[in-house]
Amino acid sequence: MAKIAPVPEEAVLEDVRLKAPEVSLEQAAKLGGVAGIVAVFVSANGMVQAFAERDIISGILSMGYALLFLVPLIIAYLAAREPPVLEGFEAPQKGPRNVVAGLIVGAITGLFLVLFVLLASAVNLRRVFINISPQLLDLLTFGQGSGGLVLLAAGSLLMGAAGGLTQLLEAKWRRALWGAVAWTLLIGLLEVIVAQLFRGLGLNVLAPFFYAGTGGLTPVGAAIVFVIAFLYYWAVVPKVNQWQHAYAQMPAERQRSVRLSAVVAAVIVVAVTPQVLGPFVSEVLDLVGIFLLMGLGLNIVVGFAGLLDLGYVAFFAVGAYTTAILTSPASPRWSPEMSFWAALPFVILAAALAGIIVGTPVLRMRGDYLAIVTLGFGEIARLLLLSDWLRPVFGGAQGILKIPNLSIGPIVFRTPVDMFYPIVGFCLLAAYVSWKLKNSRIGRAWMAMREDEQVAEAMGVDIVEIKLKAFIVGAVIASFGGALFAVKIGSVFPHSFSLLVSITVLVLVIVGGLGSIPGVVVGTLALVGLPELLREFQEYRLLAYGVLLILMMLYRPEGLLPTKQWVRELHEEELMQDAWLKMEEDRRRAQAQAQTSQGDLPPAQPEEA
Amino acid sequence: MALLEVRSISKDFGGLRAIDHLDFHVEEGEIVSVIGPNGAGKTTLFNLITGIFQPDEGEIIFDGHNLVGLRPDEITRLGLARTFQTVRLFFNMTVLENVMVGLHGRTHAGILDTILSLPRQREEEEFIRQQAIDALSFFGTRLIGFRLNQPAFVLSYANRRRLEIARAMATGAKLLLLDEPTAGMNPRETLELTELIGRLRDEKGYTIVLIEHDMRVVKGVSDRVVVLDYGRKIAEGTYEEVAHNERVLEAYLGRKAVRSA
Ligand SMILES: Nc1ncnc2c1ncn2[C@@H]1O[C@H](COP(=O)(O)OP(=O)(O)OP(=O)(O)O)[C@@H](O)[C@H]1O
Ligand SMILES: [Mg+2]
Repeated sequence: MAKIAPVPEEAVLEDVRLKAPEVSLEQAAKLGGVAGIVAVFVSANGMVQAFAERDIISGILSMGYALLFLVPLIIAYLAAREPPVLEGFEAPQKGPRNVVAGLIVGAITGLFLVLFVLLASAVNLRRVFINISPQLLDLLTFGQGSGGLVLLAAGSLLMGAAGGLTQLLEAKWRRALWGAVAWTLLIGLLEVIVAQLFRGLGLNVLAPFFYAGTGGLTPVGAAIVFVIAFLYYWAVVPKVNQWQHAYAQMPAERQRSVRLSAVVAAVIVVAVTPQVLGPFVSEVLDLVGIFLLMGLGLNIVVGFAGLLDLGYVAFFAVGAYTTAILTSPASPRWSPEMSFWAALPFVILAAALAGIIVGTPVLRMRGDYLAIVTLGFGEIARLLLLSDWLRPVFGGAQGILKIPNLSIGPIVFRTPVDMFYPIVGFCLLAAYVSWKLKNSRIGRAWMAMREDEQVAEAMGVDIVEIKLKAFIVGAVIASFGGALFAVKIGSVFPHSFSLLVSITVLVLVIVGGLGSIPGVVVGTLALVGLPELLREFQEYRLLAYGVLLILMMLYRPEGLLPTKQWVRELHEEELMQDAWLKMEEDRRRAQAQAQTSQGDLPPAQPEEA
Repeated sequence: MALLEVRSISKDFGGLRAIDHLDFHVEEGEIVSVIGPNGAGKTTLFNLITGIFQPDEGEIIFDGHNLVGLRPDEITRLGLARTFQTVRLFFNMTVLENVMVGLHGRTHAGILDTILSLPRQREEEEFIRQQAIDALSFFGTRLIGFRLNQPAFVLSYANRRRLEIARAMATGAKLLLLDEPTAGMNPRETLELTELIGRLRDEKGYTIVLIEHDMRVVKGVSDRVVVLDYGRKIAEGTYEEVAHNERVLEAYLGRKAVRSA
């Protein structure tokens, strides 16, 4: 047996820390350019003008100005952020550099906007860009003519400075400030919901106090919302940790009662939500719920397992059509007229089968090939449903009508308000399943496969098995969405299952932050719910999806198209870590050279042996 | 019988013979170092043994099983795990999760067990967690504590290498194949790892095959050294024997002389 060399004293090195990387002003200038282009773009494509018709704070802030000035604010905030702390580096210091970075962004954005206005007033651009109207220019200069240009530039600069300044705040204050701004904007936009909430709760007297009636919050209302949100983030949110800690310390019995009361409270909230919010908002929530269900399912396939499926709508269609055939008396070929619940096991079976059918041919494919093949599957599913050949089974373009309402015993779910409950039920089920699987050996195998398929396999993960499992679970969850969609609408048509559904669901998952369950919930509320509530958003929905997908490609490409090289080292953090490693390596090499001057095969220190 | 026996395997990469009729064996409880100049075929040998590539000819017998034709995951489940020359962790997963993945092949809970949260599934999860922490504890305090829940990409190079070894240990393997485990480490870390490799065998009972460029490590731990050049075995024996072998010196120094000429 060989002897083990002991660690000699002199080999012990002192712990060297490298200087923290600074906020890069060059990067800020680049981001400023981006902010300028974005601000000009949203002006030129008509968003600012369209949004200007809706007030967030009555008479003070319209949605148009909010959009325009949020651009420099947010980008300045990002530009002024210090690079992350890594092993081997000192913690970065905050200082004037943060603010300067923000100012740079604000100045460049302002410059772009001013140049845009000057250009547009000198040359008639309307032939090409129909949205660049005199009203828009009027809006951008605050109705002040050329004097307004100064205001425009100053406003942009101010926003940049504000974005930079918030970086100087302690985390607690910063979170409170941003949280309060976000909530004020949101409550201002969601008048439909909040006003209905007041009405539903019998607090009608409060409505005129908060909302001006002509759209938007009253200034007093806005101030109240801001203060409440601020206090919430400042005083309540930091306590959550303590509460969690306190909860963990409690005896098991009290934990159980705390849990029980939380569940009871949640049940009550869910029970009254659709009643209070009324049929219109409930209809929107139902739609959100169905998309959420699909989002949770696709999150397993794309977010956890990293399998980019662009034909996910096929599973949704399988759920809807299986339900329609099995429950509707008008089903053209067979009509067993089962109840929804009796049909459900068959829906699950059909979806699992569909998962295997889609999954098997793509077992050895990765990234972009997988995306294209699944895209094909999605279209094939729609075309089969539409085809004359299968018209006797699926009813062709006429689809299948007369799908009976969902019922449990004597309770029938007819209205959007009723349907809210089963939809929430299935969403909770899907969320539970996702969460449970994520923290299990199967979920970890999915994530390992997403990160590096070859290594996952070398660590004992059966790639074939785990891929099929991802497709099956994803398919079954989507089929629940389809089944609920069928009974909610009462009919199914092929045109409901277009590529756009796949894309929408994919965007939800991506925006939610691939793999994050709460992220999918927020993503769905924002991207499906908001456009339903605010007409202005409808028109720019696809634009927003496109932009979000591009951002995702830029910042987390391995989530979208996982290939080996991309997975390895793409994150900025990792690049910095590498810089550190390289310096370490150089130092090591210099030392090694000092110690040994032999060739490639140094006969290890002769004195020890 | 030897734990691992490689019989006359060859591997061509489009005309380039990376491994040429190589015979190679490892006894249970041994630490064998594989050395050789760059491009000698060391990593390719590991890739062949672990099923990432299939040999063009020859047999690989491990613990009574012929590995040729098996998939990498099947081979790992037979008790053979590796690390990679270019560190290949699951960078966006936590330190603990990385090691927990290593236990995948030894555990069984399926989708329904997990969704229904059956007692056997929960016990298995606990087992996985415990085993993973055990494997990480082998490296002292470097990878446990607050590190457990950090993503792997924040780790230093040395810690990444350690984590790779922990992940391989967690597969429950008998034989570990370590591909240049000290590459990129400073002298102190290298010495420490040398010692650890010895302890892996002495305390944990692993059999180890090691590809290594740092001769102090090779000298420090190896029972036997195998030297490859152009995919062939050119020498074999104790470190001392190999270090004074004419052909070995020629392979290293001769090529160097040619290169610098
Ligand atoms: N996948 C592959 N395709 C084509 N050629 C390959 C492949 N893998 C290795 N090779 C070639 O096979 C030869 C042996 O490579 P290998 O990586 O096994 O060398 P090594 O001994 O590990 O070298 P190093 O010390 O640099 O790691 C090299 O010439 C290499 O270019
Ligand atoms: Mg190699």
